[in-house]
Amino acid sequence: MRFELREQTPWWLTIGAPVGAVLFSLLFASVLIAWAGEPVFSSLFLMFKGGYGSSFALTETLARATPLMFTGLAAAVAFKARFWNIGAEGQLYCGALCAVWLGTGLLELPPLLMVSVLFSTGALAGAALLLFPVFLKSRLNVDEVVTTLLLNFVVLLVVSYFLEGPMKDPMSLGWPQSASIIDAGVLEPLIPRSRVHSGLLFALAASVLIWWLLRYSRWGFETRAFGINASAAQHAGVSANTTILHVALLSGGLAGMAGVSEVAGLKGYLTLDLSPGFGYTGIAVAMLANLHPIGVIVSAVFLASIYIGADSMSRQAGIPSYIADIVVATSVLSVLVGLMFARYRVWLK
Amino acid sequence: MSILQIEHVTKQFGSLLANDDISLELHQGEILALLGENGAGKTTLMNILFGHYTADAGVIKVRGKPLQAHSTDAALKSGIGMVHQHFTLADNMSVLENIVLGTESLWSAWSNRSSAREKLNGLVDRLQLAVDLDVPVSSLSIGERQRVEILKALYRDVDILILDEPTAVLTPDEVDSLFQRLRLMVENGLSIIIISHKLNEILNISDRIVVLRHGKVAGEVKTQSVDRDELATMIVGHQIDRPVVETVQHGQVVLSLNDVTVVGSNKSKAALRQINLVVREKQIVGVAGVSGNGQKELAGLLSGTLKHDAGEFSFLGSSLKSVTPRKIQKYGVARIPEDRHELGVIGEMSIAENFLLEDLGEPPCWRAGSVINSGAVRQRARDLISTFDIRCASSDIPVSLLSGGNMQKLILARNLSGKPRFVLASQPARGLDEGAIAFVHSQLLQARDNGAGVLLITEDLEELLQLSDTIVVVNDGQLSDPMDASDLTVRQLGKLMTGDESAQSPPSLASNTAPQVDNSNAI
Repeated sequence: MRFELREQTPWWLTIGAPVGAVLFSLLFASVLIAWAGEPVFSSLFLMFKGGYGSSFALTETLARATPLMFTGLAAAVAFKARFWNIGAEGQLYCGALCAVWLGTGLLELPPLLMVSVLFSTGALAGAALLLFPVFLKSRLNVDEVVTTLLLNFVVLLVVSYFLEGPMKDPMSLGWPQSASIIDAGVLEPLIPRSRVHSGLLFALAASVLIWWLLRYSRWGFETRAFGINASAAQHAGVSANTTILHVALLSGGLAGMAGVSEVAGLKGYLTLDLSPGFGYTGIAVAMLANLHPIGVIVSAVFLASIYIGADSMSRQAGIPSYIADIVVATSVLSVLVGLMFARYRVWLK
Repeated sequence: MSILQIEHVTKQFGSLLANDDISLELHQGEILALLGENGAGKTTLMNILFGHYTADAGVIKVRGKPLQAHSTDAALKSGIGMVHQHFTLADNMSVLENIVLGTESLWSAWSNRSSAREKLNGLVDRLQLAVDLDVPVSSLSIGERQRVEILKALYRDVDILILDEPTAVLTPDEVDSLFQRLRLMVENGLSIIIISHKLNEILNISDRIVVLRHGKVAGEVKTQSVDRDELATMIVGHQIDRPVVETVQHGQVVLSLNDVTVVGSNKSKAALRQINLVVREKQIVGVAGVSGNGQKELAGLLSGTLKHDAGEFSFLGSSLKSVTPRKIQKYGVARIPEDRHELGVIGEMSIAENFLLEDLGEPPCWRAGSVINSGAVRQRARDLISTFDIRCASSDIPVSLLSGGNMQKLILARNLSGKPRFVLASQPARGLDEGAIAFVHSQLLQARDNGAGVLLITEDLEELLQLSDTIVVVNDGQLSDPMDASDLTVRQLGKLMTGDESAQSPPSLASNTAPQVDNSNAI
């Protein structure tokens, strides 16, 4: 078997690779559904209906997609520069912690200003968490995969301390949770009686902004160049330390905003189960989108619908909702194979 | 008697006909040279012979018997051995271990070193390939490593030996000794195919020459009956216009290094120690030396990627404390890096984007220093592609699809189009074919004529003598005094490069060492 780089990838392959990957993962899930003894087509239909089939399903999917867009962007930006930030989960909690610290009465501002302040301070908190791994990487060449991953557990323990101690809501009947964000800081629902909130607009705006930055700004150009060939970029005058620092701050900031959006938009208060692994799923979102910021929107909505749909399916048919994790995992793995076909012509001899 | 026959071999890759009905014969006991530009089909043909590819049509016969296609094993068993251009030795193992590697069954409990040693000693004596079998390969010189590669092939009882660019990394003396041994091997019954770009060497060593062009056999001649120019014309298919080198009056000092020391990656011994160097306007200074003697650090220092630890480094009269690539670019330095894939281009980015790499943030391609001006970028790409004759489908294709020659043209276009004051060219013609080399050389000469000072670092001594006005030799981190290029021969240079004191070094140009002493020719 031989691989030959394509001169130009035809547009249908660029779209076709992730679509094919998704179809393959659904096919694989079908085998498991059949194995569990349930009818394949009606189960998949239930999953589809649960994700997209009603206005309730749609709003639930969008609400779930909102934090995934932020964490997906966080991973996409970092991975573009080959900075392997696996710590979006911790940065998310950092942002959330900062939001409840400021937003539960410490600061009182008019609504629009309040929301902006919460988002920016949350982003700063998420970004600040990455300063330490960046310092270790550029000074001592410590692998950021290890430091960012391990910081997730440190942050969770710190959050747990605050929720059990200084930030514990006295009205919570003993549960480890914070007080609620004041009304001025709450992200309004976009559709009445649904859980879709204006955090979605922030996520969409962030996607477009990052797409523009990567495509047209000097920062984006240097980041892409550095990610593809670091030594040639440095030879041309791109500073490695500055690029990594900027990329890390942006990535951590986006992950921090995911935390603010969840606390101020969905939950209203902070608990230790704020995120069911949004930080890690963000990596899958980014990979499925081939690190494209606009693609992140689509892949976040798709993965959210799989989780929501699988939940709904498991309530109505005898299939555990873990099928969603399998679909996500197989689609990420197969998109990597699909992208290889998009970039290379394959000859069998 | 013919020992190897290649008959009507054809191989197609997509739309590219890499080998088109190639037939050739190798006689017992001769040295056959295979010549051709990059992409003429030499490598494909050898890969088919060695079983890496299957030919679409045609047969290969060894001693009259057809060779099984697509089997490296069959090629080895029928007595074909190959010495690659890039050595395939394990540095941390001894010479003996490297040679025996892969010849013993995986299932034998212990390896029979003593019989291997006996056999090798026989070979070494017969062919004068003296090398210590028990030292690690990492301690050997390049010439010795090549000897190990040859021994490795011969150990497997080959009678056809293929050498791919064997002289690319050798000094002239090493080339001589290699050729002596090749003749000895042929006397001992071996048949040799040698692939090379260096015409003089081919004329010196081979008995017969086959030239490939665009996948076809373009000609076959007896070596005695051709000269260098005829051969070059056969290779390219038309006459090559080599740039004419005229000496011009040098101007004022552009670059001067005064007792500069660069420590580099090895902390125990500085890579460059107290070197002095002066380059003037309209002057090409050549740096000769065996690779690894400090050239990389010198190039790094002048590109702004390495800092000097002591001494004075000044450009156009102003002393630089610490440099960055950006600062260096601002001084009007054009940099042609040694490894174009690693440092020169970003393969997966488009041609237009690669033009942006130098002068990051400068107008007109950047608005306000930070936003890409797509219109200007496209316009600039179009202009440079046509002025420098870069052959490509469009400026949007990734650079990794360009041939080596076109990639180098892209780097030249990016760096030389802005009227540089100083050009740093490291191995600018490495791996390029005759036509592209002529283009690179004429561009360097043109930059000089436009007033730039040029520092040419290369291992190709003919190139060095052809282009340079002044030559310095780098050896073990130290620079020699500058010498007038017209007083030197390839042979003398080779001796100086290896630090051979017996070499008659021509009188050095003392007046050129110190910038304050003005050259009497200066304008």
